[in-house]
Amino acid sequence: MIAAFLLVIAAIYVWRLFDLQINDSQYKQSADTNAFLKKTQYPSRGLMYDRNGELVVFNQPAYDVMMIPRDVKAFDTTDFCQTLNITREELEKRFADMKDKRKNPGYSTYTMQPLLTHLSAQDYGRFQEKLYRYPGFFIQKRILRQYNHIAAANVLGNIREVNAEDVKRDDYYQAGDYTGDLGVERSYEEYLRGQKGVEILIRDAHGRIQGHYDNGAHDIPPVSGRDLRLSLDIKLQEYAESLMVGKRGAVVAIEPKTGEILCMVSSPTYDPTLLVGRERGKNYRKLVNDPTKPLFDRALMGTYPPGSTFKPTQGLIFLQEGIITPATPFPCHRGYVSGRLRVGCHPHGSPLPLKPALQTSCNAYFCYGFKAMIDRRSKYGTSANAFEVWKKHLVSMGYGYKLGVDMPGESRGFIPNDKYYNKRYGEGHWSANTIISVSIGQGEILATPLQIANLCATVANRGWFITPHVVKEIADTVMPADLLKKRVPTISPGHYPVIAEGMRMAVTGGTCRRAAFQDVEVAGKTGTAQNPHGRDHSAFIGFAPYNDPKIAVAVYVENAGFGAAYGVPIGSLVMEKYLKGEISPARKGMEQSMLTSYLHYDPQKN
Amino acid sequence: MIPRKIDAVSVFSNIDWVTVFLYLIMVTVGVISIYAASYDFDEAGILDFTEFSGKQVRWIGLSFALGFILLLVDTRMYETYAYPIYVVLLVLLLITPFLAPDIKGSRSWLVFGPMSLQPAEFAKFATALALAKLLSGYNFVLNAKFSNLMKAVGIIVAPIVLILLQKETGSALTFMALFFVLYREGMSGLILFGALFAVIVFVVTVKFTASTVMGIPVGEFWILELIMLVVMVMLFIYNRKFNVVRNVLGWYAITGCIMWILAAGCDIELPGMALMLSVIGVSVLYILLESLKSHNYKLMVPVVTAVMAVVFMFSVNAAFDYLQPHQQQRIKVVLGIEEDLRGAGYNVNQSKIAIGSGGFSGKGFLNGTQTKLKYVPEQHTDFIFCTIGEEEGFLGTVCVVALFLALILRIIHIAERQPTTFGRVYAYCVASYLIFHFAINIGMVIGLCPVIGIPLPFFSYGGSSLWGFTILLFILLRIDAGRKQVMSY
Repeated sequence: MIAAFLLVIAAIYVWRLFDLQINDSQYKQSADTNAFLKKTQYPSRGLMYDRNGELVVFNQPAYDVMMIPRDVKAFDTTDFCQTLNITREELEKRFADMKDKRKNPGYSTYTMQPLLTHLSAQDYGRFQEKLYRYPGFFIQKRILRQYNHIAAANVLGNIREVNAEDVKRDDYYQAGDYTGDLGVERSYEEYLRGQKGVEILIRDAHGRIQGHYDNGAHDIPPVSGRDLRLSLDIKLQEYAESLMVGKRGAVVAIEPKTGEILCMVSSPTYDPTLLVGRERGKNYRKLVNDPTKPLFDRALMGTYPPGSTFKPTQGLIFLQEGIITPATPFPCHRGYVSGRLRVGCHPHGSPLPLKPALQTSCNAYFCYGFKAMIDRRSKYGTSANAFEVWKKHLVSMGYGYKLGVDMPGESRGFIPNDKYYNKRYGEGHWSANTIISVSIGQGEILATPLQIANLCATVANRGWFITPHVVKEIADTVMPADLLKKRVPTISPGHYPVIAEGMRMAVTGGTCRRAAFQDVEVAGKTGTAQNPHGRDHSAFIGFAPYNDPKIAVAVYVENAGFGAAYGVPIGSLVMEKYLKGEISPARKGMEQSMLTSYLHYDPQKN
Repeated sequence: MIPRKIDAVSVFSNIDWVTVFLYLIMVTVGVISIYAASYDFDEAGILDFTEFSGKQVRWIGLSFALGFILLLVDTRMYETYAYPIYVVLLVLLLITPFLAPDIKGSRSWLVFGPMSLQPAEFAKFATALALAKLLSGYNFVLNAKFSNLMKAVGIIVAPIVLILLQKETGSALTFMALFFVLYREGMSGLILFGALFAVIVFVVTVKFTASTVMGIPVGEFWILELIMLVVMVMLFIYNRKFNVVRNVLGWYAITGCIMWILAAGCDIELPGMALMLSVIGVSVLYILLESLKSHNYKLMVPVVTAVMAVVFMFSVNAAFDYLQPHQQQRIKVVLGIEEDLRGAGYNVNQSKIAIGSGGFSGKGFLNGTQTKLKYVPEQHTDFIFCTIGEEEGFLGTVCVVALFLALILRIIHIAERQPTTFGRVYAYCVASYLIFHFAINIGMVIGLCPVIGIPLPFFSYGGSSLWGFTILLFILLRIDAGRKQVMSY
């Protein structure tokens, strides 16, 4: 009986030991958090250079006050607050925020928790001296971003402290860490952030550090983030931004052969240094509430009617579909007339074939072409079928869907499909005339400046493009293959020279004569897009040199009137600056007027 | 009388080497664990006598000598001098609080120059000898007279009282183990059962107070149900006539159903406690009448059990309030009512962490962080089991459990082969002490018992405990070695 009693106890104990030692891993963890003080070693974040090797974004150190709540003994709060230059209320609020599991899901009394971030150098120095008085508090060195050029804020993005969602989404983050927000900082976060290291210190029951665990054999040194070489030319970016000052809109320039974005301006923009350090929160709120929406990257989030910059796509589709040959003429007597419908046009010769139609930006030409295609029952059966074919060509040219640029937040624009019109007008109740304005880039058509620039690059390449991207090289690794692949639209390359020639003629003797500059053959196409909200938008696409294009540019200036008024000068100045390095004296006046015309807001006022 | 020389030779040829071997393994593993527990990254050698492990080596050396001497003493000497030894130790216990310095609130240590000894540990073997002497007396039958039982209980209780005066609750409680021996020697199992039942009533009543059933705290409700169950089982054991059981069960079931329907179905608030008590009361009264009618007085057992259990249940809350606040705290922590990781629960939590972090095969000798960094207090004494758990893992802890199991079962085996009552009782005393220490010490380290601070025999650091158990064991070995001699009287 006594032996049986003993055996029962022994069995219970063995079961319990099994439970404690093998079943439950929680104790192992507790022992580690007890004994090991894991001090995170932050890697330095990858730097960013422009395409010419110019340093654009770099790091500067900042200091955070961290604490391990359970190691903190009662301390002199008055002195603490004085040293750190904060009020008692602020301190109490920080403590409360830290303990709030909603704001700080990683809260634990056993691990390092952030208390105050971004100490100034003086505060850091004073606190460092007194640190011995505050057991349980530590100083954590971190890095902040700094900028050599006040430019490209929309492309570069910035870094912010992680929020609860980030911590939940990605194990890598702990409260107090930084992560990329917007732009390249966001899309290349995984390359830029590097790998955190850890220093394992041994701590006894009284919280005293006993040295490195196993002489540091288990420490992991941090791995610096990878440096990026941007495709941007930061000087060109600065120049283009200065041309856009006072205007709303976007400029995108692409190197056609590589898809590399040379500059991508969204105006109005902001000073990237505003979003660094302690003032970040305040400045960020200010930018969010700014009615001119500087945080909104118009170059790839803004969707606009492309207007006449759309006409090259129409020419290409009609040629591809055999609706026209380059020689097919359409009449134009100050517009397209079909029954009671009339689409106006400006005075020029009539009838004219494709190239002069591009040269003069004839609306009627593309309306007739569009009607000829959409209403060609013999070929497509119904207008809806014809429209689907039309739409597929456009999608292959990068419209209607995200292009896949290596930046967050890209819009897809809008190209309607037959279902859209069936729903709107009823199946079989619409034809070419119903939707004629899409043929001249109006109506429902919406595109981002990036998509418009990409079309220009496709024409410059005479038939292919590479997904536009802003990063040229990632240190010690290869670029994602998607950003290097040639993409060929559904138009045979044989049709492009005609379109390119038409655009060349627009510069030599058409709507964008002002785009021409010395020694370089420029091709271009203006766009004047009507919009229901006010004055026409002024747009321009252009590439140069004509025979060996090095730059393709799209300019879109909101509510600025004719394409020739703002789009052409800005686009051609950007091209000239990039290709020649400086603006020829003859064009200085035009440059000056662009630099100083403030259409929408006065930059001095901010 | 056999000449001493021959006697000595026969002792060593008849000694139970299995026990000696287990003893040697345990003290060796013990001292290695103490070395690990007190190892401090830049520590001197194992034989540094200023360190715990070094001191323990010295204690072990001395206990070997002590064991050897004990083996040379004639068995009959132990029997003859059992009472005088007992009395001397009682006197020592009595004067200890007056001579001993105050160490952590208790006055139980006598200081002799560099050594300090705890008389309570030595009272163990003295009490065992005295109990064996009493029970082996001529014509002494434990159950024959109530006064016989009282004498035996008196021998056990006297050291308990004296040690409580030194404020060494843990050590005092270890003597309770001797009730196992009384049970082996014929004391009614009802007393042990009663004790177990009392513990259950106590735990359930104290722990489950959060919600109520029919206006009764849920713990008390289930205790009342349990009392009825026990009564029914006892009825069945003591009265094989099934109709009585059936009647009681039927009455209980019917009233229970009615109450349940009223309470749950009709949503009527009932004076639950009064109803429950009256149902139990009617059942008990019925059994009482049945007992008187059939002259089956064994049926009084369930009646008395039920009444005592109900009274005990009501006095538990009062009793609980009577405990010292820190004792209440410890009980609450063990029962899981309160989690107090900084205070009373700290030791247990840290020791669970230490053991739990060992995993299957442990972190390796001297690699335990929990114990090295002093997270577990008293790790070289009462919490030595943690060090083994952390560094040697599940394999190590199971080996230690197996060692104790082997030693205790071996002692029970030895007990059963003794030709004399004296030898048998003494052997059971040794086994009971070991069971108690083993169960309570490991139980508290793994968080299954309250922390009452008693050492793990042969493992924990400390001369008194080691010597006390060595004496217990070697007297047993001497008695066992002489068992054949007894035949030749």
